Amino acid sequence: MAGLSTVFGSGAMSNSIEEIEDAQTLFVIGSNTTEAHPDIAIRMKKAAKNGAKLIVADPRKIPLVQYADLWLRLRPGTDIALLNSMMHVILEENLHDPSFIEERTNGFDDFSRGLKEFTPELGEKISGVPKDDIIRAARMFASSERAGIYYTLGITQHTHGTNNVFSIANLALLTGNLGKESAGVNPLRGQNNVQGACDMGCTPDVLPGYQKVTDQKVREKFEEMWGRPIPDKVGLTSTDMIGAMIDGRLKGLYVMGENSVLSHAHMSHTIQALENLDFLVVQDIFLTETAKLADVVLPAASFAEKNGTFTNTERRVQRVRKAIQSPGEALDDLTIIGMLSSRMGYDHVRKIVQATGFQALSSGGRYAYPEQAFREVCFLSPAMAGMTYLRLAEKGLQWPCPDQDHPGTPFLFKDGFPKGRADFTRVSYEPSRELPDSEYPLVLTTGRNLYQYHTGTMTRKSKAIEAVAGQAYVEISSTDAEHVGIGNSEMVTVSSRRGAVSLQARVGNIVPPGVLYMPFHYAEAPANALTNSVLDPICRIPELKVCAVKIEKSG
Amino acid sequence: MTVENKIAVHVCNGTGGMVAGGGEVLQAFKDAFAESGVKAEIGDRCSVNGVGCRGLCAREVLVDITVGDEVTTYQYIQPDMVSRLVEEHIIGGTPVEEFMVGKDYHEFLSRQKKIVLADCGRIDPEEIDAYLDVGGYSVVEKTLKTMSPDEVIQLVKKSGLRGRGGAGFPTGVKWELCAKNKADQRYIICNSDEGDPGAVPTLIEGNPHSVIEGMTIGAYAIGADMGFVYIRTEYPLAVERLKKAIDHARERGFLGQSIHGSTFDFDIRIKLGAGAFVCGEETALISSIVGERGMPRAKPPFPADEGLWGKPTIINNTETFANLPHILRNGPEWYSSIGTETSKGTKIIALTGKVRNAGLIEVPMGTTIREIVFDIGGGIPDGKLFKAVQTGGPCGGCVPQEHLDLPVDYENLARVGSMMGSGSMVVLDETDCMVNMAAFFLAFNQAESCGKCPPCRIGTKRLFEILTGIMEGRGRKGDIELLLDLSADIMDSSLCGLGMVAPNPVVSTIRYFRHEYEAHIRHKRCPAKVCRSLLTYFIRADLCRGCGVCAKGCPVGAITGIKKEPHRIDTSACVKCGACYDTCKFNAVLKE
Amino acid sequence: MINLTIDERKVSVKEGAMILDAARELEIFIPTLCYDPRLKPYGGCRLCLVEIEGMSRPVSSCTTPVAERMVVTTHNDHLYRLRRTILELLLSDHPNDCMVCERAGDCTLQDLAYFYGLRDNRFRGEMRKFEEHDANPFIQRDMNKCVLCGKCVRVCDEVMGVNAIDFAYRGLSTRISTPYEKDLDCEFCGQCMSVCPTGALTSKVWAGEGRRRMDVKYTDTICPYCGCGCNITLHSVRDRIVKVNSRADNGNKGWLCVKGRFGYEFVNSPDRLTTPLIRREKNGDLEPATWNEAISLIAGRFEDIRYKHGPDALAGLASGRVTNEENYAFQKFFRAVIGTNNIDHCARL
Repeated sequence: MAGLSTVFGSGAMSNSIEEIEDAQTLFVIGSNTTEAHPDIAIRMKKAAKNGAKLIVADPRKIPLVQYADLWLRLRPGTDIALLNSMMHVILEENLHDPSFIEERTNGFDDFSRGLKEFTPELGEKISGVPKDDIIRAARMFASSERAGIYYTLGITQHTHGTNNVFSIANLALLTGNLGKESAGVNPLRGQNNVQGACDMGCTPDVLPGYQKVTDQKVREKFEEMWGRPIPDKVGLTSTDMIGAMIDGRLKGLYVMGENSVLSHAHMSHTIQALENLDFLVVQDIFLTETAKLADVVLPAASFAEKNGTFTNTERRVQRVRKAIQSPGEALDDLTIIGMLSSRMGYDHVRKIVQATGFQALSSGGRYAYPEQAFREVCFLSPAMAGMTYLRLAEKGLQWPCPDQDHPGTPFLFKDGFPKGRADFTRVSYEPSRELPDSEYPLVLTTGRNLYQYHTGTMTRKSKAIEAVAGQAYVEISSTDAEHVGIGNSEMVTVSSRRGAVSLQARVGNIVPPGVLYMPFHYAEAPANALTNSVLDPICRIPELKVCAVKIEKSG
Repeated sequence: MTVENKIAVHVCNGTGGMVAGGGEVLQAFKDAFAESGVKAEIGDRCSVNGVGCRGLCAREVLVDITVGDEVTTYQYIQPDMVSRLVEEHIIGGTPVEEFMVGKDYHEFLSRQKKIVLADCGRIDPEEIDAYLDVGGYSVVEKTLKTMSPDEVIQLVKKSGLRGRGGAGFPTGVKWELCAKNKADQRYIICNSDEGDPGAVPTLIEGNPHSVIEGMTIGAYAIGADMGFVYIRTEYPLAVERLKKAIDHARERGFLGQSIHGSTFDFDIRIKLGAGAFVCGEETALISSIVGERGMPRAKPPFPADEGLWGKPTIINNTETFANLPHILRNGPEWYSSIGTETSKGTKIIALTGKVRNAGLIEVPMGTTIREIVFDIGGGIPDGKLFKAVQTGGPCGGCVPQEHLDLPVDYENLARVGSMMGSGSMVVLDETDCMVNMAAFFLAFNQAESCGKCPPCRIGTKRLFEILTGIMEGRGRKGDIELLLDLSADIMDSSLCGLGMVAPNPVVSTIRYFRHEYEAHIRHKRCPAKVCRSLLTYFIRADLCRGCGVCAKGCPVGAITGIKKEPHRIDTSACVKCGACYDTCKFNAVLKE
Repeated sequence: MINLTIDERKVSVKEGAMILDAARELEIFIPTLCYDPRLKPYGGCRLCLVEIEGMSRPVSSCTTPVAERMVVTTHNDHLYRLRRTILELLLSDHPNDCMVCERAGDCTLQDLAYFYGLRDNRFRGEMRKFEEHDANPFIQRDMNKCVLCGKCVRVCDEVMGVNAIDFAYRGLSTRISTPYEKDLDCEFCGQCMSVCPTGALTSKVWAGEGRRRMDVKYTDTICPYCGCGCNITLHSVRDRIVKVNSRADNGNKGWLCVKGRFGYEFVNSPDRLTTPLIRREKNGDLEPATWNEAISLIAGRFEDIRYKHGPDALAGLASGRVTNEENYAFQKFFRAVIGTNNIDHCARL
């Protein structure tokens, strides 16, 4: 998101899910959409059936490949080389959009100079994609009226993840594919409300509504409402927190609804960090691997047991409604935070009631019901100012929705970028940090499968899902399998410099030779025991998509 | 060398001929001519060729030996008879009387009017030059060079040609509908998915180039550059000859790019069907060509608007296409002078059943059923009485005695409750039970339902079950009305043409032979003595000699009796297998 | 716009619309089994037959586009009779075991039998008897109850592009089949089940879970899994989720994936945390505690750390799973109550 914010001044999917069906060209890169975002894949398949051109760039033969007009099987971590050489072709062949570049962007000249060296030949050399395919992809993308780019963590989980995002943004700017329907730059968010978590200011640098914590005016506005001073210093990112725990700067951690042990790179490192804390509070619906390390565990309500809102990947804020009571004494997170705040002497509600006039029930300083908190956000966050639960009731609303009469915004940047003009960024290719060598000769890349979800805390409770996808596995090409002497379904050990896991081998043609793939859902064979926690320098995302490993038959 | 000296041998190599040994006979002639003695005798005066079917497969192998203008036709020829033909007729000049066909053969042929089938059985279907020699491909060449597509359409409209697939939709009108659609691509399909042993294999085996020429004319008229022939895998010989013909046509520049030296491109591909009856329905046929299950879809849109891969498509039947070269050669006036007011030209009919000369015939529209059955077909064998003709295939209806003088055309057949359909006619005599007939056809129709719509899938099954009940003595009062009601509902509510006509055999047999149904239901009696469950076998004591053969043959031991004395059948034990009836030498076993 | 008359009422609809669409605009009820506005027109069930002036046979209104000045009749004695016959035929080849059927009360065939008062049936005869042997853990396939509307086949093809099933065989033996009649092997999105108008496709996951109870409560909410934000409807009986489906009129058009449709068991799981837990001694076990005890302990320790090491010695990890309101309150708690910007969430992972 940091990448997109830098370029456009806001970070989110620029266009809407529904628009995908009408696209002329779809460029899906680093996204196994069919398995990670099934509903969006439905739209992509429909678009392809309607005649849209579909370009898929992925090292793996993901299910979407069978609908693709062009499959670019790049080597893991070489996205920039591919994108830059595509853009080189677009410029060479004059397929760019000069008026868009002239009117709405900065930095084109410097950027285009940077592309000079990225001939399709160089692109082929680095990415392994045949140069003719690079040229075809460039033409296919640039010659269409409405071309959208769709990506997920295959782009971001690299040490050069931010640069990858810059590169994607460059492609959209170069071809003028922003500010119109069925186009744009579209990061697909992996969790039901991860977009909302960003929108709500759950990041160390911004307050709700992407308002910078370093901006004094912003802080004053929030301080006024919250009645407390807000520190002006940017906080720690989740990945930096791990380091701060290890070196003792961080003493106490409060984790709400996240299984950090399994989701962070380099698991043993994460466990060591958490164990080093003086005090760890985990609030969850299950006793997760992380909760087991806690000093206090708080039982939370599941999505079915509370009211509120989720914001999906297309910025649509939608109503979550309570269907059942929580089991035992479990409570929803809002109530728990309220209880804790009260105990620490803070009244969430008093000021906001005064400011907004929104009627509050007396509740000892806690939000009496979720819409109180929602109204507070909307009051403080201009992009959501026009939202109320009543307006969200049917189909939700997509931000920006600045006032009560605004219908919401299906696609962004129609009338310009938040920061005026968007910036081209000159991006050069850098290889991933840990590349295969004689000891660890293979590249491991990680991801999801259709059936399990994230660290499995939810899906692994489903008997039916476990019946079809209950076993951890690693995908290996038949070439490599033959070389190492591994048969399909045999147990193998995959190890990296950081750890080793034992699991079943799936031999086939989904991954290319030289690459292994593991889903990260399985606690008994956690992919993140192997991954590299080295971070992208800007957005602090670990390089989960590339690390060097070896594979052996389990003895 | 003079023409009088020329000798041509034509051996029938249609499917019927081949099965009877046509291939071997042909080889025997070739071997005989290769022999040095014979060679010295006849020099190069003599040619020998395989030819297509002339429609009388029961007499195979048929061989024509033509000396000068004199054609002698031999029947039932086998390879060992070839040497006599060569020695006595070809060398000796004296036809072999005892192998020659009889008067009925000539009657069978002379009362027909062969246009489409004219060259079948006369030219070698595997030689494109044989087709060129009879003027083939000259029409399409002239058409491409001298007529606009619209002129072709107008001409075909004027000729009055109607689709030979059964529904009889005016061909020119259909083309016009297709041609007026704006489209970047159009297709033309030859529907050769015919189940009856009729026009399709005969035409394609006997004269495949005429179909190609007809398709090319159609393609030019509607602006299609790609054609498909959808043909059953069950016709391997036709497929083989069609493949060969397409290859030859391509070699000569009659298919492919800029055909016949014009600017028009057209090529044909063969698509094999897997034998589903419903794939003759045009939308199902299209599904099958694109690789999907052959299931019809609702029309509109009609294929002429949205057909193969969504493009405007014309589907005509094989016989329709084969008519076109003749229409363009001889003009629309000539064509429309043949036939009746509403139905022009000739019709190919597969004549089978209880008839002496079963075979494939071509007659002008308007020929009466009497002429077809009695004059051409030679009447009913074994002195039995005519009962009806089932026309139009398993979805057609029957035409009874009272309509024997009905001139056959689309409207007349429909008027009497039957249809032209594929053009087949099955002759039934007094020993055929009409309930049984209806059940027989329904059994086929219900099994061939694609299953898409309930009236056809379940409705025809229920019709069949009610008929079976009637045949087995479980018929109840009201069954006839139920059959008629259900039939009407199936016809009105089914999705495609198959369901629309599938109950025809029931409706039409009830219409003309209701008394047979009533006899089955009310009196538990089958007047034609076919429905086994309703029969009683007994032995006439005055005729029985007490030989005991019947008792020995009875599988359930229901026949008892003392040697040399009349035997008896225990009807409660009898399973009505009919073995006693068949084995009694004294006609003492009767069924009632 | 095209102007036409349906049952003597004038209506104008956009070009390309089907007669059925136009009739629905007038709120005329025409029965259907195979129609679904999300799928391509099919015309298989024949229940939506209507008569058009000038046409000799009734046509299926779901496949026939409207035309200018068309005059349509949707209900008369003849059409009633045809529809009734079709239903009788369908019921003559249906187990009619509504008493034990999972779909009773939520079955189009049952509804139609009720509307048409089909107590008696003129037809009886052979019924299909297919064996059920599909071992997949999600979808119960009882092909004896199938009316062959083809919706499942079409949704699997048109929407999912998976093509796991298709028609096989002919005549009365026609059935929906997997390749070579093996066990269903697909993405298990359950779209087929969601469009099935009868009890032919139901779920093993919620079989016998009380769909038929009068006290089922329906709650529209959002799927807890990926970022697509699909709308789902939770079916609950007291405090137990018994089924999930999705309304066809929402953003995701009622389509879900295997997780969204079948992955709700975790909510009912006995492993759920039901009470606060506290580790009272270092390296001791987590033991149950009261809320009061837990909250006091946290407040005390946080204040203690803040006092000794400053607010930046504390940090919070929010979540992409909880609601906006909760995330908002959480970061507010850290910034306003604790006094640090050490707040992040899992977007990076």
